[in-house]
Amino acid sequence: MSNQPVRRVLEPVSDTGRNGLDYRELLKVSLDSLLANRLRTFLTMLGIIIGVASVVSLMTLGNGASEAITGQFSALGTNVLTIFNSRPNRGPGQSGNIAPLTMSDYTAIAGMRLPIVGPVPQFSANATVAAPAADKSAGILGTTADYAKVQSVTMATGSFFTDANVQGASQVVVLGSSLKTYLFGSGEAVGETVRINSLACRVIGVMESKGGGGFGSVDDQAIVPITLAHTRLFAARTSDGNLRVTTISLSVIKAEDIDFTQQRIQMTVRDLRKLNSDGSEDDFTIINQASFLSSLSTITTLLTTFLAAIAGISLLVGGIGIMNIMLVSVTERTKEIGLRRAVGAQSRDILLQFMIEAVVLSLLGGFIGVVLGSILPIVLTITGTFDAPVTLNSVVISLSVSLATGLFFGIWPARNAANLNPIQALRHE
Amino acid sequence: MITIEQMTKVYTMGEIEVHALRGVNLTIDSGEFIAIMGPSGSGKSTLMNMIGCLDTPTSGRYALDGIEVASLNDNDLSAVRARKLGFVFQQYMLLPRQSALANVEMPMLYRGIEAKERARRAQVALELVGMGNRLDHRPNELSGGQQQRVAIARALAGSPSVILADEPTGALDSTTSEEIMHMLQQLNREQNLTIIIVTHESDIAAYADRIVTIRDGVVTTDRKNEVPHV
Repeated sequence: MSNQPVRRVLEPVSDTGRNGLDYRELLKVSLDSLLANRLRTFLTMLGIIIGVASVVSLMTLGNGASEAITGQFSALGTNVLTIFNSRPNRGPGQSGNIAPLTMSDYTAIAGMRLPIVGPVPQFSANATVAAPAADKSAGILGTTADYAKVQSVTMATGSFFTDANVQGASQVVVLGSSLKTYLFGSGEAVGETVRINSLACRVIGVMESKGGGGFGSVDDQAIVPITLAHTRLFAARTSDGNLRVTTISLSVIKAEDIDFTQQRIQMTVRDLRKLNSDGSEDDFTIINQASFLSSLSTITTLLTTFLAAIAGISLLVGGIGIMNIMLVSVTERTKEIGLRRAVGAQSRDILLQFMIEAVVLSLLGGFIGVVLGSILPIVLTITGTFDAPVTLNSVVISLSVSLATGLFFGIWPARNAANLNPIQALRHE
Repeated sequence: MITIEQMTKVYTMGEIEVHALRGVNLTIDSGEFIAIMGPSGSGKSTLMNMIGCLDTPTSGRYALDGIEVASLNDNDLSAVRARKLGFVFQQYMLLPRQSALANVEMPMLYRGIEAKERARRAQVALELVGMGNRLDHRPNELSGGQQQRVAIARALAGSPSVILADEPTGALDSTTSEEIMHMLQQLNREQNLTIIIVTHESDIAAYADRIVTIRDGVVTTDRKNEVPHV
């Protein structure tokens, strides 16, 4: 035993009198604990990462897809009315024994002096289109020169046919962009000759791509003067000597005139078909692109909401994952909690430590999820498949939901941990 | 300086009342090295929890350095534990994934000691128990005896009034037990630390200067150990 005790450590501690941790130390204790258990930390975050990533990507893709679909239909012209030969409430093709739509219907509408561009008759049929290098069975659309105006056609090369071409039933053809690529590759098509059902026709123009339209993409079609289609290409005569058309379309100049124009055309065609005298229902249908668009956007909104709901469920599952791991972690770390309490931690210190762990987990997981969830939409946008900009909305929503689930599911286990009796916690096996 | 007067503790387990302490009187002066002995069920663990401010008595008085502990709430008890007490457990109770230094620093976090001062004290404490060259080792890289040394460093780093050791050699072989007891004895004499050990083994209690025996919740013997084991 030495006579002069060495009192190196035992000098009184000059502490600040503060009890418990300050926030910086608390953050450090929580981070140390998360870093010391990297696998557990990663597995806990995985739930949140997957949840947030699916919310961000599904919401973004849903929005992008909706806009792409709506946009393509708008490009087809929102003021366009299309008259079909079918009963309303049935689809096209369920016409039964009703009178076909003919050139007489077209002539009647054309004589009406309506505030419209057109009308244009359209006669559709399939035929083999043969170029020197390739041939293909394609949709042939016979129509008039006004078609280019009504359907806002833009030409890639060459020009659309003229009224003179229609009157003279000229052997000319305008190709859709996909059909042109199929027949001629990247080579020049204008000036070449293709055979449509063996009839030689000169290519006078190629249209710009319009994207996947609603009723058989025009990109895959060849357009010829309707007179040529009626007289030389197809058998179009009805039993009473009239010439059949598939649809008649027209573009109303001002949007506010659409409903009124639609009603007038309906009355005129009914008169012509003598439906008014016996009060029969319509044997034709007029489709209004604008109302079609609005029901389409209802569908796409539903689709986006549906996707968001699925994503929300996976986020919830992620949250439950956090709670699960936090609960297990509290049980697993009961001794640690008992030790910390025994050496002077207040129950508040334990509560905050576990809460901060939960918040860090959910926020960090949320950020990683946002990054991962943005990859697919960004790749799709860059490659031009379709525009799916990551919306601030989806990021804010998913981050706040993940923070909320992290807090909510973190608080309960944290409270359990904080309220443990230190003696029992220390004895825990 | 510990004063315990007529301390009782009654636990209610369902409808049965368990009288763990039935009027304990005990005074421990600072600088003492005292062993509390007793068979299991004698109340010695309950007494240790009371002395360690982990629990409060049903009746009676407990003053630790003049602080009347019996009337404190949970937060105040935590604050007293942080400043006045150092714990050594049978199973060492080190945080498994943290270094020896971090383990020794940990209790000082909860009483507002600056990071620099924490690290300095932790290092000095580890040197004092002969672990100065193992600062960065984790518990699983240390033997049982080394882990208990780290735990002792953790208990004394904050210079508490009392070090309370619950079966400190319970998990160690006899050679290592002797080393640990010898070290506690030295710390008591050279550093003037107050050390209370709770044990049921008389050859461990034999290292202390004073041996208190407890049975059925009361102190039965309280004697000076004139010739402590060396």
